[in-house]
Amino acid sequence: MLPIGHYLFLSLALFIIGVIGVVTRRNVIVVLMSIELILNAVNINLVAFSRLYGDVAGQVFALFIIADAAAEAAVGLGIIIAFFRNRETVLADEMDLLKW
Amino acid sequence: MTPTGYFLDHLWLIPLFPLATAALMLFFGKRLPNAGVSVLCVGSVGLSFIYAAGAVIQLLAAEPDHRVAQQIMFEWLTPGPMLMTGGHTIRSVADWGFLLDPLSCVMVLVVTGVGFLIHVYSVGYMAHEGGYYRFFGYMNLFMFNMLTLVLANNMLLMFVGWEGVGLCSYLLIGFYFLKKSASDAGKKAFIVNRIGDAGFILGILLTAVTLGTIRFTSQGLPDAAGASGILQALKAAVDAHALAYGAPVLTGIALLLFVGAAGKSAQIPLYVWLPDAMEGPTPVSALIHAATMVTAGVYMVVRMNAVYQLAPFALDVVAVIGAITSIFAASMALVQNDIKKVLAYSTISQLGYMFLALGVGAFAAGIFHLMTHAFFKALLFLGAGSVIHAMSGEQDIRKMGGLDKKIKYTYYTMAVATLAIAGIFPFAGFFSKDEILGRAYDRFFFMWIVGFITAGLTAFYMFRLLFLTFFGYCRADEHVEKHIHESPWPMTVPLMILAGFSIIGGWIGWPEAIGGENRFEKFLDPILKGVLPETGEVNIAHHALAKEIVLMLASVGIAVAGITLAYQLYCAKKFAPELIAKKWPKLYQLLLHKYYVDEIYDAVIVERTKDLGTLLGRFDANVIDGVGVNGAGWLARFVSTLSMWWDKWIIDGLLNFSAKLMQLFSYPVRLLQTGMFSSYAMLILIGLVVLLAYYGHHVQVLLRSVR
Repeated sequence: MLPIGHYLFLSLALFIIGVIGVVTRRNVIVVLMSIELILNAVNINLVAFSRLYGDVAGQVFALFIIADAAAEAAVGLGIIIAFFRNRETVLADEMDLLKW
Repeated sequence: MTPTGYFLDHLWLIPLFPLATAALMLFFGKRLPNAGVSVLCVGSVGLSFIYAAGAVIQLLAAEPDHRVAQQIMFEWLTPGPMLMTGGHTIRSVADWGFLLDPLSCVMVLVVTGVGFLIHVYSVGYMAHEGGYYRFFGYMNLFMFNMLTLVLANNMLLMFVGWEGVGLCSYLLIGFYFLKKSASDAGKKAFIVNRIGDAGFILGILLTAVTLGTIRFTSQGLPDAAGASGILQALKAAVDAHALAYGAPVLTGIALLLFVGAAGKSAQIPLYVWLPDAMEGPTPVSALIHAATMVTAGVYMVVRMNAVYQLAPFALDVVAVIGAITSIFAASMALVQNDIKKVLAYSTISQLGYMFLALGVGAFAAGIFHLMTHAFFKALLFLGAGSVIHAMSGEQDIRKMGGLDKKIKYTYYTMAVATLAIAGIFPFAGFFSKDEILGRAYDRFFFMWIVGFITAGLTAFYMFRLLFLTFFGYCRADEHVEKHIHESPWPMTVPLMILAGFSIIGGWIGWPEAIGGENRFEKFLDPILKGVLPETGEVNIAHHALAKEIVLMLASVGIAVAGITLAYQLYCAKKFAPELIAKKWPKLYQLLLHKYYVDEIYDAVIVERTKDLGTLLGRFDANVIDGVGVNGAGWLARFVSTLSMWWDKWIIDGLLNFSAKLMQLFSYPVRLLQTGMFSSYAMLILIGLVVLLAYYGHHVQVLLRSVR
């Protein structure tokens, strides 16, 4: 069995890629995909520690997060479609209506 | 012994009858038929006459010195006590009370009697006029006021009647109110009378202050001792040497009252309203402006004779004004061409005669002339009305003539009246005029000269009127001439009755010099005694008989001379009057324009008053409106502008300033709000990193404890 450090490293890498994706990408769909990466980084963490401590609560948490991610993707994509119908764009730097 | 009786107990009903019908006319007159109006209004005056006659008869039953009946209905004005400068207090109560003594007997009979006849006449005269009920309502209101004036037992109630007759005079002069000249004449009469009334009311106040009472006499009252009258107060003051013969305050009272009398009785300088008052219907001229109202001034002076007898200077003023007025007005009457204007100036002249009589101390003679004048002047006016009626409204005597055959009754009755006013024996005017001239002769020879000339002028202008109207050929145009007709019986019967009185009315004053007893003067004597024996009526029984007869012959002589001259000029046409007018054109113009008095008054008083009004108007517009109103407005605007600036820049400014300050400080924070979620995500990340860096070891501790 691989030591816990590998899992954590993978999880950290996925998380950083996800965060960079959320912060830097212009396309909102890509941003959503990056959020999925972050969630999955969390899932790897949870499952790894579940295995390490022999406690299934972490795996149950991971299953909840997967369901949650699915719901979030559905709602997120719905918002994007609605937004696209209004503004004909999916670029994040053109979505600046929330400023003062 | 105090006289009593049903009629004396019901004195208050005498003025009340006409008041009741006047009120009826006011409320229901419009709905009543003319016949009903006539019955009610003439009937009420007739009732007044019956009650007045009954009261007079019951009064005559008493002894001459007790012929006073006084009746107080209620206390009308009760002022608080007044503190006099002498230190004592007085309460001059004004009652609503009536007084019947020989003087008011004469007046009340003249007013109701002549008034009744004129009312009957008016039924015929006004038959075809609009506003029939209005006319009779005003006439009855006038009767009420005149009777209140005559029967009042104190000066203030008399003043009420005085003002009331003035009001009715105004209403009736302006009866044809759609005619500008008529309404102007009404206003003129009212305004000129106001000047006199101011004098009268000041006189009342001065009397109240001086004597402490305004009741004429306390005689005839149940509590005669407690309630003092002017006569008693005057006597007490003279006995106590508080007031003396010729005291300035009494002269003041007398002169102030005479101002009132001059206004009401059309004496110089306040006579100008009376000629214009002829704009009213002719019965009004007869009743108000000849027989009754205009004599109120004479009545008032005689009523206050006790005061006048103690004020010789005031009496002289009265005599001089009366004499000047009589000759002045008579000269104006010489050239007038309007039949009613001639009579109007004649009335002024005769009133001047009456004041001349009062001024020389012949109060009884003045009242005697008042009475006979009421008969023949009312008759003259009514006759003139009948002539105007016959001539389809024509008033110019130059366009009349030859009416003697066509309107016989009017002609005969007017001839009687003309003879009476000219002073021909034995018509009524002879006795009264002769009485006045005789007394004037005793007092001032100059006054007699003036009265004597006036008698000649009077005879001349009256016969000029008679000749031009009734003699010669008719100068009217054919259309009018064809229409000439005698008036109906309601008009001719009063004419005949008045003609009867114009003949016999003077006989009750038949002088002792020609075998009479002069009962009229004896009748009035009790009220003319005054308070000082030596200033009372001078007994004229001591006249030299021969002198009196010479004076009578002289006055009849000048009357005949005047008549002869009029006959020569206007009837026989020996000389043409036009030639005389051409010979002295300036004199003729002066007389024709009535000495330009109206023009002078217009220029000196009316226009100046208007100028004052204009001036005050300008003051109003510029100072009151300009400085006062507009200035206040400008100030308010100025202040509110200032306050607006304060509000706008200081109050609002502070608010805006704080807001701007907030904006300034919040500017950097605003820059964070990009609206782009990636930048927000970045901030979240940075924040997370900062937090983790700061609290890193706490997290480690937390995690270790979990493990």
